Amino acid sequence: MTTAFPPGRSLRSPKFAESAKVALGMPQLRSNLAHATGTIRGKRATVVGELDDWESLRDAAAAIKADVQHRMPELAVAFERKATEAGATVHWARDGAEANRIAARITREAGADEVVKVKSMATQEIELNEHFEAEGLKAWETDLAELIVQLAEDRPSHILVPAIHYNRTEIRDIFKGRMSDAPTGLTDEPAALAEAARLHLRRRFLSAKVAVSGANFAVAETGSLVVVESEGNGRMCLTMPRTLISVVGVEKLLPRFEDLEVFMQLLPRSSTGERMNPYTSIWTGATGGDGPEDVHIILLDNGRTDVLADEVGRQALSCIRCSACLNVCPVYERTGGHAYGHVYPGPIGAILAPQLEPGRHDDLPYASSLCGACYEVCPVKINIPEVLVHLRQQGPHHVGEKAAMGAAEAVMARPRLWRAALGAARFFSLPWRKRGSVRRLPWPASKWTVSRDMPVPPKETFRDWWKERER
Amino acid sequence: MSAKEEILARMRRALDGAGPVPVPPREYRRALDEDADVVEMLIDRLVDYKAEVHHGVDAIEAALGDAKQVVVPADLPTEWRLGRSVFIEDRNLATEDLDGADAVLTGCAAAVAVSGTIMLDAGAAQGRRAITLVPDHHVIVVRRDQIVGHLAEALPRLHPTRPQTWISGPSATSDIELQRVEGVHGPRRLDVVILGD
Repeated sequence: MTTAFPPGRSLRSPKFAESAKVALGMPQLRSNLAHATGTIRGKRATVVGELDDWESLRDAAAAIKADVQHRMPELAVAFERKATEAGATVHWARDGAEANRIAARITREAGADEVVKVKSMATQEIELNEHFEAEGLKAWETDLAELIVQLAEDRPSHILVPAIHYNRTEIRDIFKGRMSDAPTGLTDEPAALAEAARLHLRRRFLSAKVAVSGANFAVAETGSLVVVESEGNGRMCLTMPRTLISVVGVEKLLPRFEDLEVFMQLLPRSSTGERMNPYTSIWTGATGGDGPEDVHIILLDNGRTDVLADEVGRQALSCIRCSACLNVCPVYERTGGHAYGHVYPGPIGAILAPQLEPGRHDDLPYASSLCGACYEVCPVKINIPEVLVHLRQQGPHHVGEKAAMGAAEAVMARPRLWRAALGAARFFSLPWRKRGSVRRLPWPASKWTVSRDMPVPPKETFRDWWKERER
Repeated sequence: MSAKEEILARMRRALDGAGPVPVPPREYRRALDEDADVVEMLIDRLVDYKAEVHHGVDAIEAALGDAKQVVVPADLPTEWRLGRSVFIEDRNLATEDLDGADAVLTGCAAAVAVSGTIMLDAGAAQGRRAITLVPDHHVIVVRRDQIVGHLAEALPRLHPTRPQTWISGPSATSDIELQRVEGVHGPRRLDVVILGD
């Protein structure tokens, strides 16, 4: 498989720079990514352009999310009360392990040894499938892209389109090789591939006892959960089984049902570039005779309250997982999602991963050129560059870098020393003056020039020019 | 300490000293311009999603096409049960029966023109969620007075705590090279019949 990462490199890999280098050496991956992100950027721009109040919607969304963060304890308790009154059982999970244990217990108590799953970032984050496997339970992904990734025994590489790194031919080959009931003579037409997935999953949907989902929004005022999807696999999972388990991060809360009028305009246009996604399901507890009777909600912390404690970093909790920031990011477009080594890749991952798992992804805030395109497209106005810089300041710094910065500070704080240093720099760079830049500096400055050119200092400094001008 | 107490305590600690935040500004649109033709816009969006649009109660027969077995909610108006099809009222039909049906015919709660979205909230003439999901062809009857321009106008018309399904075209996926393909697990065919002018 040309676009699959070498084993062991795919996720939870230690260094972005190393993984990125592997990704950059995979021409098929880069071509698939450039094609896909280019397509979706165009679609998004068209449907966003149709709304003359887009900026007002972003302002409202950002403020509602900030309000949610400030009132999180109150809203979480209100949500629990309303959902419980409506017949749901609400559980709380401090971390992923606790959430997985609860979900596995409910599955067994329902007399099942397998579940059908709606695409959910929260359950990926807590590695629910792996946990189920270890407990002798099976979790079947039903979203087309998640199914492709699961069949390929690969990892998702994009929040919205987890199989974005595969092209149609590669997907056909995965189906043919790994799907027991793949139709003979399967072509690589997207419609034929979708039909194969429909046939493959139909029996499973209609006979499943337990489903596991996430949620896009949790409405505190009513105790309702909202799932946004396209294929109908979500509706199948949320409607047909007797037992439903939803794993919901505490940041997904919204104060009021009315708030959906903001987010349901922003989310589909930002994510798939559609005016509205084909299907949205909203349910409140259990409804007799309509859908699951045994409804469970697991409210998940798993590091979110630590993110909440950081005044600058907490805005990352506003994320609605649209992935618009991935699609515009020049770094993501070239490296793909696997290089980030976390379930949340791209710009949002670069600020979420290091905060959710402190100390494990300190290099991700550097996986950015700070160009700011992510901030511009973010429907909830997360200032990603601001948080990136904030996290860079907080993260560990190499002893050499600290020494260099200390020396620079000492020189710059003393005008005479600074003038002398500039003079020396001009003198020693004379041989390169014509070229305009130095390609390779001697060690330790070689660490800088290994990936950059060093510009030659100008003939005349600003101070000299100023003095000249005064005369 | 229970998980709930501990998580709530962590939240309160994290927010210790955080000042109040301003009331969210809501300066966005809540309606379309008055001269907007919401019916025309709804039709345009539906066609864009590859749904078929029909007009008038007599068109229900054409919308159902050659469907032999058609599931309907028990409270579906009798005057909508037109054509050669056999109408099977849903009185807790088994999943196999739904799977064996050729189509389902329902009403709706509201329709939003801007996004081409038809909303079901388990109210009159809509039935439970499974009947509009398992059959491969969904015919929805939308009355003219159920059509609004904007999402913000539609939400107050919905029953917030009853099960809701918002439908914007037939089931679709863009998971392969971000090319939209209509028809995956939900009904692959969506027909909309608009009643009244």
